[in-house]
This record gives sequence, C-alpha cells and structure tokens, in this order.
Amino acid sequence: MPDPRYWRKPFDSDKVKSPKGVVYVIKDRCKGCGFCVEFCPRGVLVLSVEFNKKGYHPPEVVHPDRCVNCDLCERICPEFAIYSLNQDEIIELAP
Amino acid sequence: MTVAENKKTIGNIPEHPKSLLLRMDRMPHIWCSRCGIGIVVGCLAAALEKAGLSPDDITITSGIGCTGRVAGYVKVDSFHTTHGRAIPFAVGLALSRPDLKHVVFSGDGDLVSIGGNHFIHAARRNQNLLVICVNNFTYAMTGGQLAPTTPVTARATTAPYGSFENPFCLPNLAISAGADYVARWTSLHIRRMTDTFEEALNREGFRFIEIIAPCSTIYARRNKLGTGLDLMKYYYENSEIKHDATAEELEIGFQTKIVVGKFVDKERPSYARAMNRHLGKILGKKYIPPEVGGPQ
Ligand code: SF4
Ligand code: SF4
Ligand code: SF4
Repeated sequence: MPDPRYWRKPFDSDKVKSPKGVVYVIKDRCKGCGFCVEFCPRGVLVLSVEFNKKGYHPPEVVHPDRCVNCDLCERICPEFAIYSLNQDEIIELAP
Repeated sequence: MTVAENKKTIGNIPEHPKSLLLRMDRMPHIWCSRCGIGIVVGCLAAALEKAGLSPDDITITSGIGCTGRVAGYVKVDSFHTTHGRAIPFAVGLALSRPDLKHVVFSGDGDLVSIGGNHFIHAARRNQNLLVICVNNFTYAMTGGQLAPTTPVTARATTAPYGSFENPFCLPNLAISAGADYVARWTSLHIRRMTDTFEEALNREGFRFIEIIAPCSTIYARRNKLGTGLDLMKYYYENSEIKHDATAEELEIGFQTKIVVGKFVDKERPSYARAMNRHLGKILGKKYIPPEVGGPQ
C-alpha cells in the first residue's frame, strides 16, 4: 500500500480516462501459441483448458474489465484470431 | 476500420478488423503454431491501414518459402514468384506502374541467398521497392537447411555439428549496397515495426526492413531453444534499440544480443527518376520518358 501522504490522484484523472476495450477471440482460428496471453499488459487473458476444433487451447478472457483496448493482442497474434474493439464504439452501434 | 465498416461476422462476433486487407477465407494459414511470420503480415496490414492506402494502391510480391506464402493471404494484387525472383519481378512492376506502391515480402533464404544478386543490384540501382525480409535463420519450408543467415554454431539439417560459416548480416549487406532506408526489428516489436512500415511505404527508392522472427518448428526445435514463445521472450530480454549502431554491433551471433532500430534514412533519386533526369539532360527534346510525366 503506498504511503497516503505521497499518494495522489493525477490532476487530470477526471478528464483523461483510460479507454475500455472488449476482446473478441475467434476460437477456431487460434493455434494456442500463447503470445497474447504472455504479452497482454493487463493480464486479461489465460489459455483455456477447452480445446478448439483443431485441438489447440484458445485464450479465454478472464478479466474483461481490465482491457484498455491497446491493440497489442491483435497485432501480436500470428493467426488473426483475436482483437479488441473500443467499448464506446460498440455501444454506439447497439440499437 | 471501425466496427461500422466491418459488416462480416464469424460465428456470432464481427470478423477480424483486418479482413479488408487479408484473405480471412483462407485462414487458418499454413504457418505453424508459434511461427512469427503471421505477426509481420498483421503489422504490414496495420501499416497499410494507418498510411490510408487502399488495397488498390499496392502490390505484394513474394518468392518461395514459408514467408513466400504471404502473397496468398493478402487481399491486394499479389504475386507468388519463383525461388529468389521476387525482386526482379517487382522491379518490372515498379517500372511499369510507378503510380502504385510495391512491396516485396519474403524470407532470408529466398531474398539473400537464391535471390542475393537481385537484392544487391536492386539496392545499388535504387529500385523503387519496399523489401521486407522475415529472417528466421534457416530454410524452413524445405526442412531446415543451413541458410546464409544461420549464425555460427547454430545447427541445421545440413550442419548437424553446427555451422562454421560466416553468415550475412542483412542490414550491413543492404547498407553497403546503397539502400536508402534500412531498419531491423524483431517480431516482438509490433508497434515500431508497424511505424517503420508506414514510414517506409511513404518513401521512395530501395527500402529494406529485416524482421527477426521465430521459426518454432525447425530452427528453435533443432537448436533446443524451446518454442516460438520462448524466442519471443528471448527477444524481449535481449534486443537493444540503437539507431546509430556500428556494422559490428549489427552482426548477430547464435543467441547473442540483437541490435534493432532504423539505421539508414537518406534520399537518392530512384532508378526511374535518375534515368529520366539523366537522359533528359543528355538528349533534350529527343528523349521521351516511358510514360506521360515519367515514372516516379
Ligand atoms: S487489447 Fe490490450 S489490454 Fe485488451 S486484451 Fe488485448 S492486449 Fe490485453
Ligand atoms: S496470439 Fe492468437 S493464436 Fe496465439 S494464443 Fe492468442 S489468439 Fe491464439
Ligand atoms: S517451418 Fe518455421 S518458418 Fe515455416 S511456418 Fe513453421 S515455424 Fe514458421
């Protein structure tokens, strides 16, 4: 726990909000390499125990609320099997 | 691309955002699990998107090999040429269609061994090409033979006791042949790789970008380096960004530090531009450039 005397909220924390992302996994395209799980900066993913059609373990979103839509998983996935979208964008589209 | 443009779905979720540039109908691709080539393809697609290029503005030419399969997975005019001949094919494209951007996307064995002469001479003449070379230190598709990039002491099918040949250092080769733009990243440097692709797409002349990527099935396994994931972690711990690296620092040994960065960024007139300028000066009105306005 940080010492409360030195702990303050950033001045612009009410203006700058970190983006929220929603992660999508195209399970049957995944080859279970684990790159996204290993390098996601927010620990959103783990490899699931379930098998996909090809016998690999696709990632599972275990902490959806932590995703900041940073795009890393989309870029690092060699199989084009995972991506994130900005939450606001999705809400906008919902009827 | 925003969700609004992405109308296609896969199962009950929207199709991958890069489906405008990549042939998702051909997925899963042939590359092994934990292979790095797919990452480079994704980063190129992201760079094309960021540069605001439409699929009609660009061509991609590949040779033979694992990386050579890229041509089949991109939704732009793409050409899968014979072994080593991606560059000469693309030179023809670049000279006849100067209005488009031309990318050569191939592996180390294809570009600098079988096609080594084409590589140095296209760089020397400053042909208007962006050459992306995925270097995984081996001939992967043909079974893991010794490549001109295999580091000393690394094992290959044809070097069971380890290699004793001095490998090419690709950025040094490109720099000494005169390339205008030379960079190297690993497949872990997704953001910098994408930015470099984007910057290089908007340049003229011979641009060379080497991407060090894991070959999980052949190179990593034969050399007991774990899997592609272990190599990605290795890049994380052992690559150093150094834009002004010396020639010696750029050399890669077996599992040594990998110096990455953008090493050269200069401007020379491209082959076609130099030809038009020179012949125009010598022949005056008698010279008719190949096209109205002349190639770029
Ligand atoms: S977008 Fe970023 S934070 Fe969200 S799951 Fe992917 S890598 Fe993790
Ligand atoms: S990076 Fe892609 S292929 Fe690898 S585990 Fe994640 S979703 Fe699957
Ligand atoms: S053999 Fe190596 S380079 Fe070829 S697809 Fe498999 S991991 Fe990738």
